[in-house]
Amino acid sequence: MNKIIKYVLYDILRSRTIIGYTAFLFLMSFGLFNLESDPTKAVLSLLNVVLLIVPLISIIFGTIHFYNSTEFIELLVSQPINRRKIFLSEYLGVALSLAMAFVVGVGVPAMLFNPGPTSIYLVTSGVFLSFIFTSLAFLASVLTRDKAKGIGIALMLWFYFSLLYDGIVMFILFYFADYPLDNATLLLLSLNPIDLGRVLVLLNIDVSALMGYTGALYKSFFGNWVGIALAFGLMVIWVMVPLFFAQRKFVKKDL
Amino acid sequence: MKDPNSCPAVFTPKSIAFLDNLMNRQLKQAAMNFSRIFKKRFSLPLVLTNGFRQLKMKRLNLYLPKYSLPSALADGLLTLKCSALFLLFSLTFFVLNPTHAADLKVCKTCDYKTVTSAVNAAKPHDRILVQKGYYTESNIQIKKPVQLIGVGKPVIDAKNKGGIFQVETRHVVIKGFELQNVEVSYMRDYSAIKVYEGAHVTITDNHIKNAFFGIYLQRTDSCTVSRNIVEGEARTETTSGNAIHLWYSDFIKISDNKTSGHRDGIYLEFAKRCTIKDNLSFGNIRYGLHFMFSDGNVYTHNTFRNNGAGVAVMYTRDIVMKHNTFEHNWGPAAYGLLLKDISRSTISNNRFIKNTAGIYMEGSTYLHIEKNTFQGNGWALRVLSSCSEDTFRLNNFMSNTFDVSTNANSASNYFSHNYWDKYEGYDLNKDKIGDVPYRPVSLFSLVVERVPSSIMFLRSFIVDLMDRMEKVIPSFTPEMLKDDSPVLRQYAYDHA
Repeated sequence: MNKIIKYVLYDILRSRTIIGYTAFLFLMSFGLFNLESDPTKAVLSLLNVVLLIVPLISIIFGTIHFYNSTEFIELLVSQPINRRKIFLSEYLGVALSLAMAFVVGVGVPAMLFNPGPTSIYLVTSGVFLSFIFTSLAFLASVLTRDKAKGIGIALMLWFYFSLLYDGIVMFILFYFADYPLDNATLLLLSLNPIDLGRVLVLLNIDVSALMGYTGALYKSFFGNWVGIALAFGLMVIWVMVPLFFAQRKFVKKDL
Repeated sequence: MKDPNSCPAVFTPKSIAFLDNLMNRQLKQAAMNFSRIFKKRFSLPLVLTNGFRQLKMKRLNLYLPKYSLPSALADGLLTLKCSALFLLFSLTFFVLNPTHAADLKVCKTCDYKTVTSAVNAAKPHDRILVQKGYYTESNIQIKKPVQLIGVGKPVIDAKNKGGIFQVETRHVVIKGFELQNVEVSYMRDYSAIKVYEGAHVTITDNHIKNAFFGIYLQRTDSCTVSRNIVEGEARTETTSGNAIHLWYSDFIKISDNKTSGHRDGIYLEFAKRCTIKDNLSFGNIRYGLHFMFSDGNVYTHNTFRNNGAGVAVMYTRDIVMKHNTFEHNWGPAAYGLLLKDISRSTISNNRFIKNTAGIYMEGSTYLHIEKNTFQGNGWALRVLSSCSEDTFRLNNFMSNTFDVSTNANSASNYFSHNYWDKYEGYDLNKDKIGDVPYRPVSLFSLVVERVPSSIMFLRSFIVDLMDRMEKVIPSFTPEMLKDDSPVLRQYAYDHA
């Protein structure tokens, strides 16, 4: 398994896409921290990047990579290797390289310019989002043989999680404004990994605003170790569940 | 001059009256002699009579020993040119005063073993020097003008039986004590130091621990409360009193005190023309500063930090709040500064840092809110529709989650020349003022106002999109609420 991961990583590095991605993230973070006098504001801008670009790149790159390495996978399948192992190695190879790119590109500048819990949460959320969206990408790719269709599904998933979902939830909140919605919001938030990542960082930045009104509830929920552990636990579930379904499908699939 | 403390005890009313009489006569004589001799010079007699008048005023105030410069000059002129005798007489009376007020010492081996016994034995204007030690006493009634001075911070412990000092007269000084354990009562306002219908009472350098009420002034005037530390151990609002409490008290000076762990740090009700300066109020379970019906007060250089609900001021006009710091007041109902029915007041050069709401305004009119810095607040300003004719000028708004929120559709408040860090306009004519107006109310803040739970979507992509669309075509946010001349560069205010 380690050997396959190694070969996948070599393959990804050779294509230079990941290197470009790392360089892009690094330059942007570096530029933001240098341009903004207030490091908190730079972290806020970075948060937007983490919440939009990281899922997008992860899901697109994951899908394309899966389709491009179909032949390699077919070759491996013909060897006496467990299909589950092949699939997981492919996944880990892609996800690890994306996460590494993110850690180098955003994590290093963030920890250099703004060391503290905010940056730690930002980087951790970004790493989790890389893993989650790669897993979603693999799910999209095993669902269909057609590359264009697969990428379409991946894009739809990204669009849903980063924009549609929040819009729908906001609409629900507005529509049922007369009811106590605090716990419902909490539940709805945990159904979207991007929201989970955002809330974890927000609780460190906009703490003054979140202390008001219902924010205090979320603060007390996410502010202690149990809440944080729960949030990251949910993120882990978000990695595992799509991956599990994708793997099951891949194992049974007629290649 | 201003500190009645500095008036030496040699001036008993009797001696003052005598001196007064004598100096009057001497001065008149001298002045008459002088004007007779130099009749043709008009200016000099004028100088003299002026000096004479000033001297007389000083004496009326009983502040004779400390001459101000002009009166000292006039005095010098007189003594030099007119009468050597005068000097001689005045000197005699400074040195050989027949009625010197007594010093009463209190300690384990002194004549007086308890503070109460010393207070009972003292004559008016005596000084009671309480030596270092531990005294278990409570309810000490002070009904004559005496000075109570703690030497080496003596401890007076009430052992949860009533209050400690109760002052019911004028010209009392209480200085340098450590007062502990005042009874918590639901019936009486037991306090470490209570002044009831007194005046010119000076309370300084005391350290009050675990008291129900710390310093309580009721129907007093012209008192001074300074350099005291009042630490409480309050747990609930109902079982705790206020650190410094004023009720129907005018012309009080409260300065350099540290109050914490009480219900309210500084509480004023019906207290007019007071000065509250350089105090620190933190960790109180309700408000750091709380006042109602207290017109004409001046609050400067105070710090209010980490109080349960920040600072609340109500039903008052003509107040001045300058150079104060309001910070870290967090909570669902916490405000840096809550203004309710405040009018015709000035709030300037203050700092509002990391509060849930920097200023929350309700029913407040004709306020000048200028040169303040709002930084890292959830809401820098929350202005309800009942506020009107308020002016917000020359303020800094930096890294606040929301700059201004309101439930009003029409705006009757004025914003101009503020610095907004979220401003994205341009300045073509290089006059350092943005060419397009800034709208501090965002659409999302209106959404949050209606559906509080939606705060959790802060900084999500859809909210950013919504706010941007609203900025381009304002349709929901109040159109008139805007700053037409936002400055591009942050003001460098020295708030300290």
